[in-house]
Amino acid sequence: MIVLSHMNAGYPGKPVLRKLSLTFPDTGVVALMAPSGYGKTTLLRILAGLLPADSGTISGIEGKKIAFLFQEDRLLPWLTAEKNVEIVSDSAMAKRWLKAMEIEDVGQYPYEMSGGMRRRVALARALAFGGDILLLDEPFKGLDEALKERVASKIRQAAPLIILSVHDREEAELMGADVVQLDQMQK
Amino acid sequence: MKKGLHCLLIGAFWLAVWWGTSAAVGLKLLLPGPDDTIRALFRLVKTGAFWLTTGKTLLRVATGYLLGVLCGVLLAAGCFKIAWLDALLSPIRTVIKATPVSSFIILVLLWIAKTQVPVFISFLMVLPIVWTGMQEALRAVDQDLLEMARMYRFSPAKKIQYLYIPSTKPALMAACVTGLGFAWKSGIAAEVIARPEGAIGTQLYNAQIYLERADLFAWTLTVILLSMGLEMLLKAAARRREGEKA
Repeated sequence: MIVLSHMNAGYPGKPVLRKLSLTFPDTGVVALMAPSGYGKTTLLRILAGLLPADSGTISGIEGKKIAFLFQEDRLLPWLTAEKNVEIVSDSAMAKRWLKAMEIEDVGQYPYEMSGGMRRRVALARALAFGGDILLLDEPFKGLDEALKERVASKIRQAAPLIILSVHDREEAELMGADVVQLDQMQK
Repeated sequence: MKKGLHCLLIGAFWLAVWWGTSAAVGLKLLLPGPDDTIRALFRLVKTGAFWLTTGKTLLRVATGYLLGVLCGVLLAAGCFKIAWLDALLSPIRTVIKATPVSSFIILVLLWIAKTQVPVFISFLMVLPIVWTGMQEALRAVDQDLLEMARMYRFSPAKKIQYLYIPSTKPALMAACVTGLGFAWKSGIAAEVIARPEGAIGTQLYNAQIYLERADLFAWTLTVILLSMGLEMLLKAAARRREGEKA
């Protein structure tokens, strides 16, 4: 179990998370929902170990392997789709997850891809890296409805615990996620 | 085709300006025309001494240049990674940049053999260009990509291979091209002052002393052509590497 208690976090002069206490199970899918500015990305970054909390404690995450899909795709522009994924795993895993994400031309460079394609390559990279926890920041950004559904079905079983940030409830439902309304927890 | 014709016309225009100015001056001793220069160049290229001299100068400048690029990259990497090293060495870089090349040439003439002066001077002129360009490029590497690399546990070797090298390559190439011109000019200047055996700079000096202005222009033309040729080769090599990777 991952336990966050009385957590405050944010950026200089801009507090984002205020006295947040929250528990995540060891397995399952949890969707973080809130309007913009309520700290969905900040919370994911804290869980990923990329941002320290200003105060409060976090436990249960030590020693766990975490894969993180950033809000931006962050693909290496000089590598092909295949190489971008292979670089965090191996050739077989890269092929498997690129196929699962329905990327057919794996030899394309990011500048040759559409926004939705880049998103799916970034997803494939996170999934190929694998781990105990999968953190996904707006995973369906730029995907059409039909593709969202197919992609969601592949992601659901990819890691024991998946925590994702979404903007609408339908995306949470696609993932079969328990919804945490982050704005209401900080009132 | 159109671009080629354009270049040809521009070249012809400036040749005509040169020829016209020379004719107006009327003294070949002061300003030889393009025809005298080309004749002198043809006379020179027929001799073995011309090729030996050019080869030796090329070797000296190339040695200094390559050493400058190598040390520039290493110093940039060191100073980028170690803050105290940057603080310690940055005054040296400032001094090298600010000191006139002639001061360095005269100074090092006292310390090293005159055949090595052009090597050292070429090295010294290229060093701060590559060092500064590379260090700035390292500082400008995309922080988001670095964070991604950290998240996906890239090894240091992987970071260098897939992040730092591709990110800094354009800046390094630009510094290498700029540095090449500086290496050439400063290397030849060092040869003019140090006058080692078998050197274009020495030939320039002798042509000046013996009032052989056509030879002086022919040697200068050789320097310009070699500089342009080397720059084109460098750019073509970079483009070819890009093509191979794509």
